[in-house]
Amino acid sequence: MRKRSFKKRHIEEAIFKSMMIFSFFLVAGSLGIILVTVIVKGLPALNLAMLTQIPKGGYYLGKEGGILNAIIGSLYMAGGATLIALLLSLPIALYLRSYVSNSRRADIVRLSMDVLWGIPSIVYGAFGFTIMLALGLRASLLGGILVLMLLELPIMTRAIDEVLRMMPVELEQASFALGSTRLETAFYVVTRQMLPGIVTAILLAFGRGIGDAASVLFTAGYTDRIPTSLFRPAASLPLAVFFQLGTPFPEVQRRAYAAALVLTAIVLAVSLGSRWLASRLGRYEIK
Amino acid sequence: MDAHIQIRNLNVSYDTSQALKDVNLEIPKQQITVIMGPSGCGKTTLLKCLNRFLELNTSTHIAGQILIDGEDIYALGMDVTEIRKKTGLLAQRPHPLPMSIYDNVAYGLRIHEMAKKGREMDGKVKHYLEIAGLWDEVKDRLHAPATGLSIGQQQRLCLARGLAVEPEILLGDEPTSALDPISAQHIEMRLLELKQSYTIVLVTHILRQARRLADYVIFMYLGEVVEHGPARQLFDHPQQPRTRAYLEGQF
Repeated sequence: MRKRSFKKRHIEEAIFKSMMIFSFFLVAGSLGIILVTVIVKGLPALNLAMLTQIPKGGYYLGKEGGILNAIIGSLYMAGGATLIALLLSLPIALYLRSYVSNSRRADIVRLSMDVLWGIPSIVYGAFGFTIMLALGLRASLLGGILVLMLLELPIMTRAIDEVLRMMPVELEQASFALGSTRLETAFYVVTRQMLPGIVTAILLAFGRGIGDAASVLFTAGYTDRIPTSLFRPAASLPLAVFFQLGTPFPEVQRRAYAAALVLTAIVLAVSLGSRWLASRLGRYEIK
Repeated sequence: MDAHIQIRNLNVSYDTSQALKDVNLEIPKQQITVIMGPSGCGKTTLLKCLNRFLELNTSTHIAGQILIDGEDIYALGMDVTEIRKKTGLLAQRPHPLPMSIYDNVAYGLRIHEMAKKGREMDGKVKHYLEIAGLWDEVKDRLHAPATGLSIGQQQRLCLARGLAVEPEILLGDEPTSALDPISAQHIEMRLLELKQSYTIVLVTHILRQARRLADYVIFMYLGEVVEHGPARQLFDHPQQPRTRAYLEGQF
């Protein structure tokens, strides 16, 4: 009897272990396949001209040029949106954490954020477009930044909020015991302890922002020029991929994969860079 | 007796249960007052009333008066950060701030603008690390993370950090309970030195520690103060049967 249950437990263990290993390979494998596809199809079409030039006449028919307009446009839009979203979401998350914590009001804010998180980006795009129409604005870099900011805000706020909830209460109390106000505690102690997590949250939002096509389709438009003003349209990498993939010419389609490769490389570089930064900043973190 | 803290008709309740019943006490200046009693008797609750930490927990109700230097700390318009600055706290476990060793001590000085950056700050940080008996061990790694220290060193760092904001009162909530015997002894020695200039209120459940440190003793049981008085008198001639039973180890 004893022996059988021993065996049974081992079988259980083996089953669950293999399920976990399977999930790991599913995730790692998906990433691998995406990377391989993008590299195999995109790398041959990638060249210096693509990274340093804007589309010339007939680019979308297979003639010369590059996607510098989309690279710059995407960096401007996602960078600007992430920055503004951070300026808004950090105070919201700190407020939730330090002032209202688990009250009803906090629950309502969290619920709203979760709902906003779930709204498809095309809806954000349409919403932004409607507002811009009402205000008489045209598709522009600013419109793209603001809509991407709206898209990123709930993601960043909730991610930072979850990070802040991991904050040990005693650490805050240690700061209160020295006569700190809640604000000082929030900025000098909570933020510092949580910095690595906050960097991850920013990254998550940036990744979502730079990769989104639907929300900038109407609000930022698309142009072959590098944006010089907040009020001019701006190109973006996801739309560059979309438009090029939509052409009937194989060489342009290959360039779509090259653009996707550039987009992936940017996300990867930002990801690795911020991880490095987080580990440096996390030097003083209380484990 | 020169009372530093006066507690009058203090009643504290959490949601439904009463944690402190009609506490009336006077805590003497520049002595070590030890609050002892079995777990759940309200000793930590009493301690947390003194730096207004209890109200961080929203479901508590506090009634009565606590006077520090004759001033009611629960009066309307009292600045809670001032009260907490005046009453340093050593918690059960050390919780260094997520900063370097140096910044842990400098933090309080900075937020209260008590020292200028540079030489003045360096001097003060050194001074308080010396008082806490930690300077020699950390002087070569002041900018290393505080988490690299041992638990005992961390507790002394917390002591230095608390002293740096120049409190008058030091509260200790079983400050040696997480420490090894040698580190605990280290802290006890510091406390005995510090009572020259600070009023110290210590919660402990270690009877022998109470005997070693106390000048004045408060014995609590089930939310009530059963007996209080000078240490020698209370330890040698307890008046209440419950105190006697506790001292004999019957709880």
